[in-house]
Amino acid sequence: MTNVLQRADRPAPAARAAGAGPAGRLARTPARRPWRQRLVPYVFVAVPVGLLLLFTYWPVLNMFWYSVTDWDGLDKTKNFVGLDNYAAALTEPDNLRVFYVSLYYFAAALVQMALALYFATVLSFKVRFRNMWKGILFFPYLINGVAVGMIFLNFVKPDGGLDTVLTALGLEGAIRQWTGDPALVNVTLASVSVWRYMGLNFVMFLGAIQSIPREMYEAAELDGANRWHELWLIILPSIRPIVGLQLILAISGALSVFEVPYVMTAGGNGSETFVIRTVWTAFSRNMVGLASAMAVVLLVAVLLVTWVQRRLVPERQVDIA
Amino acid sequence: MTATVARTAKYVTLVVAAVVTLLPLVLVVFGAFKDYREYTTTSVMTPPSDWTNLANFRTAFVDGGMGTGFVNTVLIMVVALAGAVLNAAFAAYALDRFRFAARRVVLGLFMLAALVPEVTTQVATFQLVKALGLYNSRGALVLLYMGTGIISIYIFLQFVRAIPRSLDEAAMLDGAGHVRIFFRVILPNLKPAIATVVIIRGIAMYNEFYLPFLYVSSPDKRPVSTALFAFKGQYGAQWEVICAGVVITIVPILLLFLFMQRYVYNGFTAGATK
Repeated sequence: MTNVLQRADRPAPAARAAGAGPAGRLARTPARRPWRQRLVPYVFVAVPVGLLLLFTYWPVLNMFWYSVTDWDGLDKTKNFVGLDNYAAALTEPDNLRVFYVSLYYFAAALVQMALALYFATVLSFKVRFRNMWKGILFFPYLINGVAVGMIFLNFVKPDGGLDTVLTALGLEGAIRQWTGDPALVNVTLASVSVWRYMGLNFVMFLGAIQSIPREMYEAAELDGANRWHELWLIILPSIRPIVGLQLILAISGALSVFEVPYVMTAGGNGSETFVIRTVWTAFSRNMVGLASAMAVVLLVAVLLVTWVQRRLVPERQVDIA
Repeated sequence: MTATVARTAKYVTLVVAAVVTLLPLVLVVFGAFKDYREYTTTSVMTPPSDWTNLANFRTAFVDGGMGTGFVNTVLIMVVALAGAVLNAAFAAYALDRFRFAARRVVLGLFMLAALVPEVTTQVATFQLVKALGLYNSRGALVLLYMGTGIISIYIFLQFVRAIPRSLDEAAMLDGAGHVRIFFRVILPNLKPAIATVVIIRGIAMYNEFYLPFLYVSSPDKRPVSTALFAFKGQYGAQWEVICAGVVITIVPILLLFLFMQRYVYNGFTAGATK
């Protein structure tokens, strides 16, 4: 989502040319225009900005307010309780456990990015049936999250696809209760997440690699570089910004996992994620105050991660501003 | 010699990845064509004995409410997509063709909003939806979906920018106002951007689970994803019906992907690269 900020250098030649000519007049600051003329752009942005304020900013403001009250979501009165909810959100072991669970998803995201990078590199060179491989690897990303959960419930159930494959390979000993064993459940769920999202990373990386000019490889080959050199010296440096972006999305993604664990285990056996717990707190226990505090913590965490990433990977300014 | 080994390794990894990706899907397809007895007695790896057995699909579509789900999804998507496209195009037109005092503020608001994960704010959004009297209505979903984001605006901006301003001015000389310029000159030139935004936003709306899960509780108003989710309770003991429901959910997306691959890839990479 933050990515738009990153693409300073996307040129729009036609527009540039048009803007530079006498037609650029339209865009000048209208100092002496009649007020009706000046109102025009506001009329056009009124609905989009109105929806944005109503459904994003207003709830965010309310969330901060709810988070310092004991509101249950129904009561007419909201009592101010100071930072009690934050204390509960950050000290109760059950509330903290969800952060630990998100580490599994973050680790999975790293595996996923390594795999995506590998397949993007392989498919950026000449390969037979290139589009077929690309389509297969990407498709899971387009599947409904509820369907993904059910596909894998069917796959990892006792005597399901996974167990059958392991048996066929002579690995009966490796068969476990994939979602029933608390020691394993998060590994299983995080692996499903790799299956689901690897394709997106892969397509992003592939796009970035393919935008590297061919001549760079040719020059490198003349200098005696092999494929390994090409990966380290040409491909990786060229796609660093997109890797950084995917990494930050991986962190906020790991914190906001919901669908697959909710469908597969409903958060049972120690697989409860931050969002599952927040939803449960708000809508089953009717503790809107506490749930809001948890949501604020998540929001701050995500903003912090984004800010750190900005500092580490300096960005070009966006050209739409 | 090493070249041959590398080539072989490359294809081996691709085949393994394709099998890992496709096997869970294939097994669901197998399951969807088996009857209860067959599903429970045969191995998951055994193909169904009768590929023409559509009973599970009928159960899922009619009794399970997937049919109603599709009607609701289509209704919601048609209105929400039209709204989302217009909103993004309005914003892009205003931001590109006018230099107004609040322009930077508007841009900033959209950019900052992109950093707020939707899942975090629903605790409070829920109260707002309730207060507006929209809880348990398809309208709630339409309103929440049709707001626009910086990515859609950005995709539209690139195209608005490429439309020569001389076209605007020619229309203006003919006496057209800004609304007319927008609908007659700008919008018709945005077709590729509209296709891209419709596809990526459409896929997101079709797959959205969290919002309908929170806001729509009546079975007759449910879209596809929550209708499918309800199968877990309703058909918890009939996995062959669940498999059919999963297949029904995936087929439209698969068809879209097969026929519009280029747009799909472009849409997702336009949203996040370079």
